[in-house]
Amino acid sequence: MLADYIRKRREDRDILLMTHIVAGYPSFDDSLRIVEQMVEGGVDLMELQVPFSEPIADGPVILHANQRSLEAGSTVDRCFEFAEAVSQRFDIPFVLMTYYNILFKFGVQEFADRMAAAGLRGAIVPDLPPEEAGDYLEAMGRNELDPIFIFSPNTTDTRMSLISSRAGGFVYCVARKGVTGAETSFSADFEAYLSRCSAATELPLALGFGVKDAADVDFLRGQVDIAVIGTETLRVVDERGVEAVRGFIEELR
Amino acid sequence: MSEQGYFGEFGGSFIPEILVATFEELIAAYEEARADPAFWKTYVDLMGNYSCRPTPLTEAVNLTRHFGGARIFIKREDLNHTGAHKANNVMGQGLLIQRMGKKRVIAETGAGQHGVATATMAAKFGLECTIYMGEVDVARQRPNVFWMERMGATVVPVTEGSRTLKDAINEAFRDWVTRMDDTHYALGTACGPHPFPEMVSWFQSLIGEEARRQVLEQAGCLPSRVYACVGGGSNAMGIFGGFFEDDVELVGVEAGGAGLDSKAHASRLASSDATLGVAQGYKTYFLQNPDGQMNETHSVAAGLDYVGVSPILAHLSQTGRVRFEAATDEEVVDALSLTMQKEGLIPALESSHAFVQAFKEAPLMSPDEVIVINQSGRGDKDIFTIADAFGDPEWEAFIQKKAKEYDAR
Repeated sequence: MLADYIRKRREDRDILLMTHIVAGYPSFDDSLRIVEQMVEGGVDLMELQVPFSEPIADGPVILHANQRSLEAGSTVDRCFEFAEAVSQRFDIPFVLMTYYNILFKFGVQEFADRMAAAGLRGAIVPDLPPEEAGDYLEAMGRNELDPIFIFSPNTTDTRMSLISSRAGGFVYCVARKGVTGAETSFSADFEAYLSRCSAATELPLALGFGVKDAADVDFLRGQVDIAVIGTETLRVVDERGVEAVRGFIEELR
Repeated sequence: MSEQGYFGEFGGSFIPEILVATFEELIAAYEEARADPAFWKTYVDLMGNYSCRPTPLTEAVNLTRHFGGARIFIKREDLNHTGAHKANNVMGQGLLIQRMGKKRVIAETGAGQHGVATATMAAKFGLECTIYMGEVDVARQRPNVFWMERMGATVVPVTEGSRTLKDAINEAFRDWVTRMDDTHYALGTACGPHPFPEMVSWFQSLIGEEARRQVLEQAGCLPSRVYACVGGGSNAMGIFGGFFEDDVELVGVEAGGAGLDSKAHASRLASSDATLGVAQGYKTYFLQNPDGQMNETHSVAAGLDYVGVSPILAHLSQTGRVRFEAATDEEVVDALSLTMQKEGLIPALESSHAFVQAFKEAPLMSPDEVIVINQSGRGDKDIFTIADAFGDPEWEAFIQKKAKEYDAR
């Protein structure tokens, strides 16, 4: 399971990097080259987002990438083929990120079976709270896939414990209010939040939303297990091209 | 309804973790208000004093004679302040905002009526206000944008997705997750995560409560059928709410657009094109492709141009309590035209959908029977769309002349 991989990997790295891409943006060929650049740059695990027409938790950059990928003809099937190709070719774990309707329409059990067959290791579904996740948890469990859940700064301690009891792999801690891709200021409140997160779960912690450069990653060393670089890599692709990704990742280390 | 806001298999609450605490706060405030008879009295008094409630139930004598069947009565939500039933829900949520002590309100709008109502409420209650509106709707409902801005609201055109109502809802959620501490999202219809479907229906139930009392007084009997248009479903839930316990057939009319065979429509329940899904925080029938991506919808009426439908109505459709029909754009313009000429009433394009179905059925009913149509809003806001639909050459000449005057400045 993912938690073991993360703990083992942490023995010789003080922080792991997880990056995010929207499958099929700008194209599937480019997506493959971006993954290649990221793996060569040294990321430890990756999130593959299956685009959805209504991504309510995503900010403008990722929203735009979802829209463009769909306009270019992305399908769930094509995303699974892509996921299978990258998990066979690269020696890091891949998790899937998408919204619940994509699983629901596919059939939650069939979707989990297909994820496992594609070699994926877990999933993040930001609009699926644990209260609604019965079928999902069962299907994920049956396939030994990790259901990754989310903590936010206004999640109570009691609720963090509930979420932790359902979660697997790691817990994704959202750094702040808002959607993906905006600035985050790491304040004193933030440290209190992180210590609440660590107290609530035995699982490794990933921190995302607004992590954009080496300074942010440095700040997180020793505080969390994984720094998540989401929107910023899309910005690098948009502004500097696919070939700039590897250098960007290397600088974060 | 179960604790998590389910109506049969529909509804629920599919929200990002960051909003969970905000929804808990809202549910608590709503439940407290609902249990407090003084709250409902304050609400009814406010609507009486600020918004001409109760709105009349008008007997349409000429239309009745024209069709020669059932007696036709029209519930006049067009006479509500701001011109539609939308004000009911908004003023109710405004009172809740005051209870919660929030300083800012945001809303989505399709036709613009909910946006105008929210901007009005924000002005009256001294709240900061931002309205999200799809770029396509901004273009087709420009007069409403004008009024919202004049009342001090910021109107943000949404440029992603299909640039209509659903995209405005997504954008409002994105705002809310950023500023939930001081902001309330006044969702305009009986959709979205719990408690919105139930809460919005509760505020709108004033329509049905009044209509039932009025029809008994004026016609001396209950209606055989009640007709309402269905976009998200709030005006329908409002008027139907007065008749759920009675032996009254309830008919919801969806946007048939260019026809149900054309795919260019917004009929979730009357067509077989929609399937069960989860989006915008709730489970219902959505017009979506086999992958679960939402389809483009079409209606001449911006307020009905929406991919989902109230989970409560989805449930009532499944149980057979509400019958669903669809009216095409063309039928809608004809029904509107007839209503103007026979009664001097101007229903909104949205509301005109209900008139279409009522006009199809009234001639086949007995003169002893009574029907009620909910005129959920007034049509003068649609003057640009309606004038285009009628192809009125003098209106066109007027607009061209007016544009030249601006050009000459």
